[in-house]
Order: sequence, then C-alpha cells, then structure tokens
Amino acid sequence: MAKDGFETLKLVGTRPNRPDGLDKVTGRARYGADFSLPGMLWGAVVRSPHAHARIVKIDATKAEALDGVKAVITRADFPTGLTGEDWNLQENTMAGEKALYDGHAVAAVAATSKLLAEQAARLIEVTYEVLPHVIDVDAAMAEGAPVIRAGAADATVPEGLHPNVVRYMEFGRGDVDAGFAEADLVMERTYKTEATHQGYIEPHACVSKMGADGKGEMWVCTQGHWYIRKMSAAVLGIEASQLRVTPTEIGGGFGGKTTIFMEPLSLALSKKAGGRPVKIVMSRSEVLRATGPTASASMDVKIGMTKDGKITAARAEFRMQGGAFPGAPVDMALYCCFAGYKLANVHHVGYDVLANRPKCAAYRAPGSPNGAFAVESLVDEMCRKLGLDPVEVRLKNGVTTGDRASYGPKFGSIGLTEVLEAVKAHPQLQAPLGENQGRGFAVGYWFNHNGETSVSMAIGEDGTAQVSVGTPDIGGSRASIALMVAETLGIPYEDVGVNVVETGALGVNEPTHGSRATFASGKAAVEATQAAIKEMCRRAAAEWDIDDEAVEWVNGAAQPAGPNAGKFPPMSIKEIAGKMGQTGGPISGHHESVPDGVGASFGAHVVDLEVDPETGRVTILRYLVVQDAGRAIHPSYVEGQYQGGAAQGIGWALNEEYVYDDKGRLSNTVFLDYRVPVASDLPMIDTVIVEVPNPGHPFGVRGVGETGITPPLPAIANAIHDAVGVRMTHLPINPPKLLAALKAR
Amino acid sequence: MTKVHVTTTVNGDTVEFLADPRETLLDCLRDHMGLTGSKEGCGTGDCGACSVELDGTLVCSCLVLGVEAEGKTVSTIEGMANGSELHPLQRKFIEHAALQCGFCTPGILVAARKLLEVNPDPTEEETRYWLAGNLCRCTGYDKIIRAVLDAAAEMRQEVA
Ligand code: FES
Ligand code: FES
Repeated sequence: MAKDGFETLKLVGTRPNRPDGLDKVTGRARYGADFSLPGMLWGAVVRSPHAHARIVKIDATKAEALDGVKAVITRADFPTGLTGEDWNLQENTMAGEKALYDGHAVAAVAATSKLLAEQAARLIEVTYEVLPHVIDVDAAMAEGAPVIRAGAADATVPEGLHPNVVRYMEFGRGDVDAGFAEADLVMERTYKTEATHQGYIEPHACVSKMGADGKGEMWVCTQGHWYIRKMSAAVLGIEASQLRVTPTEIGGGFGGKTTIFMEPLSLALSKKAGGRPVKIVMSRSEVLRATGPTASASMDVKIGMTKDGKITAARAEFRMQGGAFPGAPVDMALYCCFAGYKLANVHHVGYDVLANRPKCAAYRAPGSPNGAFAVESLVDEMCRKLGLDPVEVRLKNGVTTGDRASYGPKFGSIGLTEVLEAVKAHPQLQAPLGENQGRGFAVGYWFNHNGETSVSMAIGEDGTAQVSVGTPDIGGSRASIALMVAETLGIPYEDVGVNVVETGALGVNEPTHGSRATFASGKAAVEATQAAIKEMCRRAAAEWDIDDEAVEWVNGAAQPAGPNAGKFPPMSIKEIAGKMGQTGGPISGHHESVPDGVGASFGAHVVDLEVDPETGRVTILRYLVVQDAGRAIHPSYVEGQYQGGAAQGIGWALNEEYVYDDKGRLSNTVFLDYRVPVASDLPMIDTVIVEVPNPGHPFGVRGVGETGITPPLPAIANAIHDAVGVRMTHLPINPPKLLAALKAR
Repeated sequence: MTKVHVTTTVNGDTVEFLADPRETLLDCLRDHMGLTGSKEGCGTGDCGACSVELDGTLVCSCLVLGVEAEGKTVSTIEGMANGSELHPLQRKFIEHAALQCGFCTPGILVAARKLLEVNPDPTEEETRYWLAGNLCRCTGYDKIIRAVLDAAAEMRQEVA
C-alpha cells in the first residue's frame, strides 16, 4: 500500500536471506557466553536473599582459602563519591550499606572454574540486619511505608509526599473540568499492571580483562557497547577511553541489555586477579532476580465523551515503581497513553516511586503498554456504554499529521488514520464469534528514536562495500542496512557486508534501542554511501577531465550527467574500485550525527479469543497486527517485530508477572514459573504493514520494534469483556483471577 | 572433585574429555569441546535452547550429566548440516526469517529435526505442541512454525 515516489526501488522492500543467517542456523554465531580467552577465570556473584537489609559484615575468609580462588570483591573495591545516575548504577551493580532487593549483588569472586567460583560464592558469609520492605507501588507511597533511601527525591517532588516518591510530574493543556462538563458520559477507573521481564532467552554474559595499567577490554552481549563502556567506566572511576568493548552476537534484549549489571564486576575481578580475563554468565534466576524488569503501575484514568464519541477531556494519574532507584518510565507512560487522541483538554500527573525490587530497565516501548492498558480499556468501556464502534471512535478522535500531541509537540507525518482504515478493511473483523468468544481492539504508540550515530563504509577493490555500524543486530538489521546501501550504490545486495564493530572503530553510537537501528544507522549508512559515491564520481570526472558536478551516479556506475557533460561510457563501481589505488587511494564514506527526522509509529491490534468458563483460561483464536512502518526495508523482519511484540504483549496481558512472597523474595525465578508464551499458546499472528513514508528518512523508515507490544494488553482485556462481560482492570488476567471475576459476575 | 574420563561420540567423531561429575553435558559440550552451538537459556529444562540428541533421544543437555555421555552418541546443531549442505530445516529457517536474535534457533532446529523424523507430516498444532518446550522470545513462533511445515513439505517431496 505504498503511495510515494519509491516505485523504482529494486532492493528495498524485498526479502533476501540475512547475511548472518548461515552462522546462526549452524551454531557458529558467537553469543555472549560463547566467548573465552586463554587463562580465563570464572566469576560468580553473591546476592542478597533479603528484600531490604543492612549489610553488617562480609567475611570472605573461607572462600579466599579455597585453592583456585583468585579474587574477591565487595563494594569496598569501588571508588566512592559518585553522584546521580552514576551512583545509582554503582549501587545497583554492588550493594553498599544496604541490600535493596532480593538478588542485589553484595560480593563477587573469581576462580579457576565455574564450579569453584560458585562454591566460593557460597562460602562468603554475609551478616544482614533485615529491614522492613515494601513491594507494591501504592503501598510504597503510603504513610508509614519503609523508607528505602531518604533524600533520593529530586526537586520536582512537592512537600508532604512519602520519601519513596522520588520524581513528580504534572503537565497538560486546556481546562479538563470544563471539558468533563461538556461530556455526556464521564468515567473514571483505576488499573494495575504488574512487573514483567523482557525474557530474552540469552542470559547476560561477558568476558573482561583489565591490567595493572588500568586499560580494560570486554566482550559482552549488549544492545549498546558504548553505553556499557561509559557506564562501566563511571562505576569503576576510570576514563571511558581506557576501555574497549566488543559486542558479541546478542540473544535478545528488548531494552534489558542497554545497561550494566555484572560487567563492571568482571573488570574489577580481573584487575584484582592480576589481569587474568574473567567470564561471568548469569543463571536464569539471576537474570530474573537481578537484572532490569519493567516497572509496575497503578493508574487512574478519567475520560469525558459525548454521545457521538467525541472525547472532551482526559486525565491520567499514574504511579509507577521502578525498583529501588529512580527511573520508572512514568513520563513515557503518560506521554504515550493519550497520544492517539486529539485532545483540547488533557492533564497528566505522574509519580516515580521506589520499592524493594531490582532497578527497572527499558522493555520495548517502556511505559507505553501500561498506559495503553488503562486508557484503551476505558475508551473501550465507554464506547460500549454509548453503543459506539471502537474503531470509529478512534478515527473520530484520532491524531493526524500536524496535530499537537497530547504531550505537547506537533506530530510530523503519521499514519494512524491509515492504520485504522486498514483495520476496518481486514476480514478478521467479519469472522463469526461463538459462545464465550470475544473480539478486542486497541491502539498503541511509540515515538521512535534517533540517538548518537556513527557509521563508516569502505569500497573494496572488487567494487563491493563493507559497512561498519555500532548498533548490534538483534533481529535482522544487518540485512536491512545492506539493502539500503546496495540500493543506494546500485549493486547487488550480496555485495554489501555489514559489520557490527567495537567501540574503538567508530564514534559513539547509542544502543540498538528506541526502534532506532534501521532508522538511524540506516540513515547514516545511506549518508556515508552518498559520500563514497561523490568520491567515485570525482574519480570518474578526473579521468574524463570534466567537472565533478558533471558526473552522476546511476545503476552502480558513474556517467556524464546529460549530453553537455561529455560523451563517455558509464564507469562501473568495479572499474573505479579496481583502480582506486592509482587514482587517489581508498574510497570510503562516513557519517556522524544525531539524525533528525524521527517518525513516530502507531499500531492497532485485533484479537479474537475464547474464555473457558470452567477454568478461566483464555485461548487466543486469531490475532491481527496493523502498524505503520513508514517503509518496510525487509518486510519479513518487520513482520517479525510485529509478531514478536504481540506475543510479548499477550504474555504480559495473560500470564507474566513478578510474584513476591511476604518476605519480599521473588517467587518465580525460573522459566517454569515465570512462564512466557510457548508455541502451543499462540495462533499464527497476522500482520498488515501500513506504509506512510517518513519524510525524515531517505527510504521512509519509521522504526517498528516497539509499538507492537503496546496494544495487546488492552486489546485482550477488551476481548475478554466482549466474550464474557467482565472488565478486568488488573493484569495479568490469569485463570484464577478471571475465574474469580466470572464467579462474582 | 576428581574428574572423570569420558569417551563419547559427538556428531560422528570420537571425543574424550575430563568431566567434573557435577558438570552437565551442556557444560561439557560448550566448555570442554568448544561446541558452543548448544545454548544455555535456563539450565533447568524449561527453554530447550540446549536441545541435543543422546543416542537418538531428544534431551535437554542441561539436564544430563556430562559423565552420562560415556559410550553414547551425541548429536548437536554443529552436526546438522551435511558438510556445506544445510539441512532443509536450516535453509527454511533462513528463508522464512524464522530467527531474529537466533539464540533459540539451534535448539529449535534440533528439536524440529526430531519431530520430522517421527512425524514427517505434522499439522500446525502438532508442530506447536512438539516445540512447546523450546522458548523463543523474539518471533512469536509464527515464522518458526511456517519454516518447519515448509521444510517438512520439501522433505516429503524429496522422499517421494
Ligand atoms: S538450557 Fe536446557 S532447557 Fe534451557
Ligand atoms: S529468535 Fe530470539 S529467542 Fe528466538
């Protein structure tokens, strides 16, 4: 459904095999834990079994006495005096005075084998004074809740709030009270979502070495090795320039691998062990207990609507805990929750709250799924009350290009209307539904992101191209970048190699996050390619002895631009490259920027499901994802992002949650108990790629990774209501919860 | 702990290694034999990333001790292709974009190969239930299931 000037594209929009496919189907691709070095030691981490406890004493005597134990570190081995987020990172990496959550690292050890390191970790004796803890966000900000850290609040927090409230925000426009007065129906509800984990199948892993000269090297599975470098250096009190970080292949991240956990520990252990490399591989239970899950949320939403479906005012008040540190994405949740609606009167209030849980990390559109669950559930309920079609109500209130977003800025080109029209046209909406079956619909949003980006590319002597990028390839970005570069050069896709390179090889790159890799690295790669093309045109011009400007690049060759430029046969890239040694040396291009022109992405999902009234179990019958990609460079990987996002959202809606016992210990620390959707839980996931090109990208890319996790939460709750008439306002909607609601009906 | 000498056959080659009796087969494959194609996603038998065949039985190698491989035959992802010729499943996984990060892929391929051995013409549902022990967090399984069914169809044609 393209409607633009891209009809001449030969490669963009096709589905070639990914360049790293062979390595990944043969077991040859090297992920974090697959890397080893000669003389390597293994690290293990001692973790707090308490949700909140003063660390009275750490005695490593027995561990150190073991033959083969080479280093033990505690917080005493880290520099002091850090402030702000650097301190937060350091404190989260290794507890100081207090353990702040179950799983918080308190010591680490390096030994000659993995088993020995684990044994030594068990021999480190930590004396704790257990303190009262708090897990739930509403409980954490209630009067009398245990104070996790006094003085952690920033200047935004008004007087009189509990010290666990560390950030406060309030923003909006218009007059919401006047808006509610204009409405025919005003409804207000409270919703809750529980913390979930990204659940990447590859646990965190790294190998590091750090010599007495203070120079370090690390191989790590990460979404962003410059972030790992910067954060590790800050925590260890060294210059980032002293660290060289090489990314391995990465087994999923979804936002969870954009920050540090055990990476600085491996460096510190290596230094203490005389520079021997140290490998740390987390177990699954360490991943669940001590990496960065999502925030949990408690949310009040109030909306006013006229009889014919016009939203007159909207208000959201969100409380989110992001663990024992500031940083719950309550701002993002608020920005996204009403983003699909054109609103004259809107007000947002947000609280970022501390609780005795691990420091949250990003997870696919952080905050947006929570907010969407609340807002899209309420809009659905109001549509039903007023007898209105939920898709029509979104169209009626939906934002279009140039509208002012609920959170302030003006939208550039956006495709919400096109998405909604595509939903209306889809046959799933006509599929018959039986008893206990229902259909749910919801809209989701993500900004997408640019970020610091540096790319370089070089033309080989044979006329091929090698592109160096700094954004790890998590789901096919090598393929999409190769397609764009090959398209720009006019050479076969197979002639372009894309390499993810280490921190020493390029300027700073932000991680593969914010749905930015194909947008930002792709845009920079095209710019770099244009620079190389310019140079190749210059070489041809010199040989023909005509002006540089009189040469143009067409179909992989330089040619005179029009009859006045001169009469020469086209000079192919192979010809130019073959003699570049004689015509001025290597030809390359590079580009560094924070690329502008980010294009936001709206999506809408439709789910058909069945509720088993005997058990409360929900079966997904059909699932449809419609989303604006701007342009799908490699449609298979765009579909893959849509399907993967939907599956994660389905898990969040129906089953996944962090379960704590009364001591504040995480109860579900293995995949058997933290159960993510398996193949037999899901149907095929149908996708429609809407393409409203983003004018800010040479091929129209918006970024597609994140929006897709947002609509499933409310769409499923809406479908359950459609099926059995109960309105579920607290995720996950697992069988016991739904059964109880059915009984109370 | 005193190490135990183990002799076994891995992907057709006789191999010997010294195993700590507490080490899993997965640890031994990865850390003693350098066969890092089998992955550890959980270590508790819940994710299937470590799937291998042991004497023809599909197992989670994280739940088998290395010493149990003594005298047995192990086949891992590294032995799936026939030299440089990919197994149809491997080819179809690339063609269908059935991998995103690719971390679950070795285990899923090994498990799917076994499925097609015992059931050359599986339905979608049978495939989904067979692979229910192999977690993939990236793909939503859609393209994985399509790739397996397509490979099965191709392999049936070859036999016919
Ligand atoms: S690592 Fe063996 S099943 Fe997960
Ligand atoms: S492709 Fe990433 S876990 Fe399956």
